[in-house]
Amino acid sequence: MSTKLSQYLNKELLIKIVFYMGLVLIWQLIYYLCVDVLQIWKFYSFPSPIKVVQSFIYIVEDHTMGVALYVSLKRVVFGYGIAIILGFSIGALLSRLKLIAHPLRGLFLGLQTLPNISWLPFAILWFGLSEGSILFVIVIGSLFSIALGVDIGIRNINPLFLQAGRNMGAKGLSLYTNIIISASLPTVIGGMKQGWSFAWRGLIAGEMLAASTGLGQVLMTGRELADINQITVIMIIIIIIGVIVNKYIFGSIENKVLSVRGHTPRP
Amino acid sequence: MCLELIDVNKVFSHGGSNNHVLKDINLSIANGEFLCILGHSGCGKTTLLNIIAGFLDKTSGQVLLQGKEVKHIGTDRVMLFQDTTLFPWLNVIENIEFGLKFKGLKKAERRKKVLDLIDLVNLKGSEHLNVHQLSGGMKQRVALARALALDSEILLMDEPFSALDAYTKDKLRSELLRIWKACQKTILLVTHDVEEAILLADRIVIIASQPGTIIREIPISLERNMRKDSEQLKKLALSIKEEFGIVNEIESVS
Repeated sequence: MSTKLSQYLNKELLIKIVFYMGLVLIWQLIYYLCVDVLQIWKFYSFPSPIKVVQSFIYIVEDHTMGVALYVSLKRVVFGYGIAIILGFSIGALLSRLKLIAHPLRGLFLGLQTLPNISWLPFAILWFGLSEGSILFVIVIGSLFSIALGVDIGIRNINPLFLQAGRNMGAKGLSLYTNIIISASLPTVIGGMKQGWSFAWRGLIAGEMLAASTGLGQVLMTGRELADINQITVIMIIIIIIGVIVNKYIFGSIENKVLSVRGHTPRP
Repeated sequence: MCLELIDVNKVFSHGGSNNHVLKDINLSIANGEFLCILGHSGCGKTTLLNIIAGFLDKTSGQVLLQGKEVKHIGTDRVMLFQDTTLFPWLNVIENIEFGLKFKGLKKAERRKKVLDLIDLVNLKGSEHLNVHQLSGGMKQRVALARALALDSEILLMDEPFSALDAYTKDKLRSELLRIWKACQKTILLVTHDVEEAILLADRIVIIASQPGTIIREIPISLERNMRKDSEQLKKLALSIKEEFGIVNEIESVS
């Protein structure tokens, strides 16, 4: 059973490696044909795999990458942390409201559809081209997903769980710590995961316009230097970090929470 | 008396129209008694159980437990639900332990009590399973252990076996009787299954619907291990079923 599983996993991994190697090969082929042989594209308007690797090594060696990564991750952790604190408070409050809960939820859903870069003009008018603006865009972008996740998670708890819990002596705060948090967890984590995606996008967008360091700023420097290879490196790094956090942090928490409850973990 | 119901009434009001679900219910249950309430679905028997448990407010009347009036939810009256409501984020041990956390017991005492209960309901070896890994019968065992852990005055059971297959039902009924005797519990079990009531109860109370009123009380004194083959009880079952039918016809005509 376990050997079969490991064979399957190895096979999956193998397919993945072959797929990406093929992708890079096709990329190199297109570059070679269109830039080198046919010369229909200029070398500065299309990235080359080899130069992307060279560019990566270059910005790692001159510490641009390290500094940018450190600053960006610090910003997003800080902003996302604030969003979690605010989102949980607003969500918990929202789940207890009766009369205005419905219009409020509609409003939040509406605000959630607003791409977070749309908040940047506001942010710049309020905070200037500063850390404050970037933080604001991160927080406002992920806040509503988290709040709605908490609100919906609490509202959708099977009322019999609460009845049974009260019947067995849980009340007030102990009802929250023993039932409400656990019962709403799958939905809450879903909201947090979505909130993270928005926070990450908000970070890059904010840094592209309002920062003097960070991944988004290095991306913009690439544009100013017309260095398409550096731009490509940063884009790949942004994707990789996004995927790692989504899949290996939130994904593994989510799968654990779901499999205890007997739901099939998501692939 | 363990539990007394005095003139309990329940009226549900929906936009001007009143639905008299329970009418003048008077009932006493002695300490250690096994009482079955028998009635059609929709006769208000679950509503009555919810009122006793404190999940629902009654319109009028009194509920006394050991002579004292009870109005709110309390651990002295524990409900076992039809679909068990075990907490899916906890395993077997943690589910059984749940209510003990609020009783101020030390961890070691709690564990000992839980292990004793696991023995009692025959769940040894399944302690660390998650809820979704349990069969329907095992879930009811866990739910029973979880309720017993609270040392309540009375167990309220709302059709606990109705979702189980015939074999499991049979097995769990006899185990419930064994545990009832061993723990000297007072049990109030609600069911629509005539045979189940006859097999389990010291006394059967039949409730007719619309409005829910007690129409008959039948004490059953025959030893429980003789009940399955008793001709007399087979006749009783038949007569209850017939009476049910008649009651229903009259109700629907009027």
